[in-house]
Amino acid sequence: MSETTAHDDAHHGYRAGGVKRWLTTTNHKDIGTLYLVLSLIMFFIGGAMAMIIRLELFQPGLQFIEPQFYNSMTTMHALIMIFGAVMPAWTGFANWLVPMMIGAPDMALPRLNNWSFWILPFAFTLLLSTLFMPGGGPAGGWTMYPPLVLQTGEAFPFLIFAVHLMGASSIAGAINIIATVFNLRAPGMTLMKLPLFVWTWIITAFLLIAAMPVLAGAVTMLLTDKFFGTSFFSAAGGGDPVMFQHIFWFFGHPEVYILILPAFGIASAIIPTFARKPLFGYSSMVYAAASIAFLSFIVWAHHMFTVGMPLAGELFFMYATVLIAIPTGVKVFNWVATMWQGSMTFETPMLFAIAFVVLFTIGGFSGLMLGVTPVDFQYHDTYFVVAHFHYVLVTGSIFAIIAGAYFWLPKWTGHMYDERLGKVHFWLSTISVNVLFFPQHFLGLAGMPRRIPDYAVQFADWNMVSSVGGFVFGASQLLFVVAIIKCARGGVKASAQVWEGAHGLEWTLPSPPPFHSFSAPPDPATIEGGMR
Amino acid sequence: MTTAKIQPLLRGLTAALALAPLLAHAEWGNLNLPHGVTPYSETVYELHMLILWVCVITGIGVFGAIFYSIVRFRKSKGAVAAQWHENTFVEFLWTAVPAVILVVMAVPATKALIMMEDVSKSEMTIKVTGLQWRWRYDYIDQGVFLYSGLATTSNLARQLNSGIDPHTVENYLLEVDHELVVPVGRKIRFLTTASDVIHAWWVPALGWKRDAIPGYITESWALIKEPGVYRGQCAELCGKDHGFMPIVVRALPEAEYLVWLDQQKAAQKPKTAAIDQGNQHIAATR
Repeated sequence: MSETTAHDDAHHGYRAGGVKRWLTTTNHKDIGTLYLVLSLIMFFIGGAMAMIIRLELFQPGLQFIEPQFYNSMTTMHALIMIFGAVMPAWTGFANWLVPMMIGAPDMALPRLNNWSFWILPFAFTLLLSTLFMPGGGPAGGWTMYPPLVLQTGEAFPFLIFAVHLMGASSIAGAINIIATVFNLRAPGMTLMKLPLFVWTWIITAFLLIAAMPVLAGAVTMLLTDKFFGTSFFSAAGGGDPVMFQHIFWFFGHPEVYILILPAFGIASAIIPTFARKPLFGYSSMVYAAASIAFLSFIVWAHHMFTVGMPLAGELFFMYATVLIAIPTGVKVFNWVATMWQGSMTFETPMLFAIAFVVLFTIGGFSGLMLGVTPVDFQYHDTYFVVAHFHYVLVTGSIFAIIAGAYFWLPKWTGHMYDERLGKVHFWLSTISVNVLFFPQHFLGLAGMPRRIPDYAVQFADWNMVSSVGGFVFGASQLLFVVAIIKCARGGVKASAQVWEGAHGLEWTLPSPPPFHSFSAPPDPATIEGGMR
Repeated sequence: MTTAKIQPLLRGLTAALALAPLLAHAEWGNLNLPHGVTPYSETVYELHMLILWVCVITGIGVFGAIFYSIVRFRKSKGAVAAQWHENTFVEFLWTAVPAVILVVMAVPATKALIMMEDVSKSEMTIKVTGLQWRWRYDYIDQGVFLYSGLATTSNLARQLNSGIDPHTVENYLLEVDHELVVPVGRKIRFLTTASDVIHAWWVPALGWKRDAIPGYITESWALIKEPGVYRGQCAELCGKDHGFMPIVVRALPEAEYLVWLDQQKAAQKPKTAAIDQGNQHIAATR
């Protein structure tokens, strides 16, 4: 330690220029940027696929694409958005923020960090290349249920290996974050003083380490079923197609909390800042996140109530599922209590954070409804489910990512973003995203199954409304890119504190922060006084 | 609100208004679950409404508090931030109250589920087999079976750029060549399975759906109270024509059903006789 602190940036100052800098970097900020840029690119690729889906669904009848291609669009859209947009965005935020928030110079495992990022472009190249293969891209749904997924053409092994690579990258990223938080915290930074974003990320990291290998196992069994004559999931060979669903959702349910927990951390950073009031119930926030993570491992079969489980199984998974409403409720109530009697201003990050709380809660409500088994028999695999998971993923995770980006961009770049542009982006996004997804509740309840390229005419009107919302939402995100580029290139100089109500170690560093965040540990008094 | 906030809002509203005439012929009524026609479907509907109202009331409380805070506790109006950040009593309350509400909701949900899973005392059995991309229905012990696929009118209209307006096709995508005919007033046991990939058999009016899985035979039941035609679709992604394997159930009064069944038996006799003969032949040669 003494040796590293004795060095200054001059020694580590060797930085390759151009492409080589980005290929060889072991710096947490550079890697954070790489993750976030990749995430943004994937957000637009996945978004383009969503536009194709909404275009085909604009009217009944098939006007633009064949059903098989439609299915590959829904499959790829999900894989790209989950593994390409949301997960790398969270790792990007963690890379940028965790060392700065805990008073560390960098991540604990910098070379692993480089590697875990650089796996991803290859993974997505593999995955996207399948669209140009004979038989087209994977079209069996992102859930990859056999036997259907085994009918995939030449894309099949590419799909499996892409998933393997994404999983390996996530596990490496998670290990790095755990190692960093447990080893590199500044003196005085005890666990119960960690900012909630760090807490939710540690919990997420443990979920990743526990869940991703399960997915790897499941898809490996698919691979051997297809190419090596095994029958893990083939009834004809003595296997069991339902077993895949159990294994998949044992990964899949923790996965949805992997996607949302860091969002909770971001909301818990932004709301107190702009309410100028300490976060309500810090310790209950930590315990609630941990309870949600624990429960996430014992609710998986609520994704498969309609497979015909025994009554006792259905009852267990129903009770466990609705229990999640309690810790989730605690979080929402805590955010509301944080705003109560605050002194609020409504800069873009706060607007997105408030919209996150409201709209994520709507997704939580529909989640509660879906958890009740007898009614899930009606909701399951309809547009009601599509509406539900887009409320928690788009207005949940994505809104939190956008909020976090506006919140920390001034810290990262040293410039303020264009507030007016940010607000226009916010209002357009928030209105259009509701026009896009709210009517899908009606469509589902009225009987429209999900994953269909064409529908009966009684569903035509709400589909058209939803598509219009989709096009506006998609176009609005271009404003986000403009805002980011403008901010990166220049603008009003940001102070170290940036926001009047900001608390935490990252705000004690200059904007932009030095190459190595804290080459000497911060003053413990700052930690004591700064944490809220 | 500043003008910067209002402008996009107005723009959104204008866009919505411009759309209105386009959608004048709209059928906006279909917003909720159907009541359905089985004892179970009504229970499900009531449970759905119960949870929906619990959510709506909670939502009004939570969102009300957020919007009140936004209006009341804003810095621009001179609000000064309090510094409290804990209150054990309130925290206990908002953990315990939801827990009680959940338990109260779990009671009717458990009852409904037990009712749903009780296939005993059924009076007839129909085996439903999903295959890419049709349904096969076997009337067990009656020697009658039929295949049911998308009707030709819909099939022609749903081709890419068919030039046929779906609005002109009767029951577009919800019409089949051979309907599943069942009697009203009998408890029917459905055995669901599949022969290739996983499908799901779903008729909303019956109140449930059930996956059709190769290698599995799962049980469900329905007792249809009113004669009528009830439409549904496959609800589990099953390949390229997943969106094109509808289900039509025609529920007839008992007497009419029996007439239909006799017709089917007569029509299928030559077929089934041949199968029987074949089976006997196989048995004999063993």
